[in-house]
Amino acid sequence: MSELQKNEELLKITDLKTHFFTHKGVVPAVDGVSIEIPRRQIVGVVGESGCGKSVTAMSVLQLISRPGKIVGGSIRLDGRELVGADINEIRSIRGNKVSVIFQEPMTSLNPVYTVGRQVSEAITAHQAVSQEEARQRVVDMFKAVGIPEAEKRYKSYPHQLSGGLRQRVMIGMAMACQPQLLIADEPTTALDVTIEAQILHLMKQLEHDFGTSIMLITHNLGVVAEVCDYVYVMYAGKIMEQAGIFDLFDHTAHPYTKGLLNSIPKPTAEKRRLYNIKGMVPNLLRLPKGCRFSPRCEYARPECFEHEPELYDAGNQHLVRCFLYKNGGGPA
Amino acid sequence: MTQALLEKNAENPAVKGDLLEVDHVVKEFKVSGGFRKSSAVVHAVSDVSFSIREGETLAMVGESGCGKSTMGRLILQLLELTSGTIRFEGRDLGELSGEELRHIRKKMQIIFQDPYASLNPRMNVFQIISEPLTTHRVYATQKETEERVRELMRIVGIRPEFINRYPHQFSGGQRQRIGIARALALNPKLVVCDEPVSALDVSIQAQILNLLHDLQKEMQLTYLFISHDLGVVRYISDRVCVMFLGKLCEIGQTEDIFKDPLHPYTQFLLAAVPKPDPHLRREKKALLKGEMPSPVNPPSGCRFHTRCPYATDRCIQEEPQMREVRGRRVACHNVECLTIQ
Repeated sequence: MSELQKNEELLKITDLKTHFFTHKGVVPAVDGVSIEIPRRQIVGVVGESGCGKSVTAMSVLQLISRPGKIVGGSIRLDGRELVGADINEIRSIRGNKVSVIFQEPMTSLNPVYTVGRQVSEAITAHQAVSQEEARQRVVDMFKAVGIPEAEKRYKSYPHQLSGGLRQRVMIGMAMACQPQLLIADEPTTALDVTIEAQILHLMKQLEHDFGTSIMLITHNLGVVAEVCDYVYVMYAGKIMEQAGIFDLFDHTAHPYTKGLLNSIPKPTAEKRRLYNIKGMVPNLLRLPKGCRFSPRCEYARPECFEHEPELYDAGNQHLVRCFLYKNGGGPA
Repeated sequence: MTQALLEKNAENPAVKGDLLEVDHVVKEFKVSGGFRKSSAVVHAVSDVSFSIREGETLAMVGESGCGKSTMGRLILQLLELTSGTIRFEGRDLGELSGEELRHIRKKMQIIFQDPYASLNPRMNVFQIISEPLTTHRVYATQKETEERVRELMRIVGIRPEFINRYPHQFSGGQRQRIGIARALALNPKLVVCDEPVSALDVSIQAQILNLLHDLQKEMQLTYLFISHDLGVVRYISDRVCVMFLGKLCEIGQTEDIFKDPLHPYTQFLLAAVPKPDPHLRREKKALLKGEMPSPVNPPSGCRFHTRCPYATDRCIQEEPQMREVRGRRVACHNVECLTIQ
């Protein structure tokens, strides 16, 4: 992981706090999250529903609307601060230097325009090119993301394409301006496995060919294992563990991450009773005192219910938010 | 049935004879072709035959549009067959009178995928779980019904004091438990589980899968488990059938299919699943090319031939029939040659 240290980060999120001000109280959806995305890397952010992974990603592009608000922290892209930046500056970044692909490729495309027109719009909005040149670049991009008969597909409407092709169009649109960072929010969740494998392969290829960094948000640890270089595990608005891909799976440290990995029924494993993490994700309005995971944790000790652990260094770029690792050790 | 299969079944003493037999079932939907086009036919299920033995879990896997959910609905008589027969406990469901069908429906229930859409938001837990009981007039008094509802709630792990709560007051996993309680209210024999855990987070998914497993043992249930998640299927099922575009590709014992898939589609499906182990990552992964063909206009011969790297001329012209290969049934002309590789 020495490579990670050498490279200057493309995106550096420090102590980000995005809270939602509802009539029931303040929901700390993202509560002090720090994430670094180096150049030419695929970084995964995993967690279950409501852990704050999508809100973190949307905060990068300032796509948080009321009642949500970024209440603290900093997000620096290539050295430029995005929190509190002028809206025009944010607009020049969205879709240009940083772009997003969402889970549901049907609802992310406008049904009344051809897909070619929608993608060329992404180019003409940011760059001074002629219609014809934009068109040519869209066709080239369609070819690059593996859309067959790219010329013909330029004139297709979204409903004429299958789910896999629509997701390729979305990726083409996101890549149209050759962004430095691609945020992919559950890009394969709505797709079938054989198509999912194709799309994941394509994302790795984009990282390789265009040097784009990818922030991959997913709940699927299989997807993470397949493509990511470094991984952050989130739970109830906080990072619980972060590690290089092999470290995370070979030396899983946090009890939550262990529980998640053990509860996946694996197609490669024999039949056995599944491990399950007891209880449920806490309500963010009534977070437990001390460690957020303590009520569900097998290893919880008295201090876990009293004090909140920090991210402790377990060596080799592996950080764990658990008292078991306070002195660099592991669970006995 | 071969001797080998019979011996395998002997391992699981809960598995008895056939509870359900599906015989050459065909389901076609007519769709209008759109403006100024003639109507078309969607071949959702084409000539599918299999059986489910009492006490076993048969998983049905395949990608979107392969006809697996349609098959589940055909079995429950929620859709009418175009042709073929479905026999439950030896009786042809198509020949039953309305009264007889109502009676037999008590023995067949379904658990749906989305626990947010399958519970009526204006009914409380008591109303939801007791609905099948009152429809079939199982108990004479309200008190007995309520007693049964509380018992069911305990069985599926919902605290009985929540009996007057509404679905929105529960999490996704708890709602799915309520859906399971409703399905079990009439003591069914066969439960069709249509993607019961795919809308849930992994930690909750494990709880529900363990619950389904325990309930099967306690109540001697038979499951038809429809899923696209092969990890879940390997965990829960005794046998697996793989569907592609309305046709069965392969059917056999779960361990046989996962350890040694014979049909090329099964092989690609298993290879495509992202496995939670970065050491299994391969740079050159065997990717299945192309997309699912249209069920309106299915390919000639073997329906998989347009995506199959092993396809020969014979596959394009002649439709492969299901045949017995090494203790299971496979529909592929070239199984023997593939096995040699």
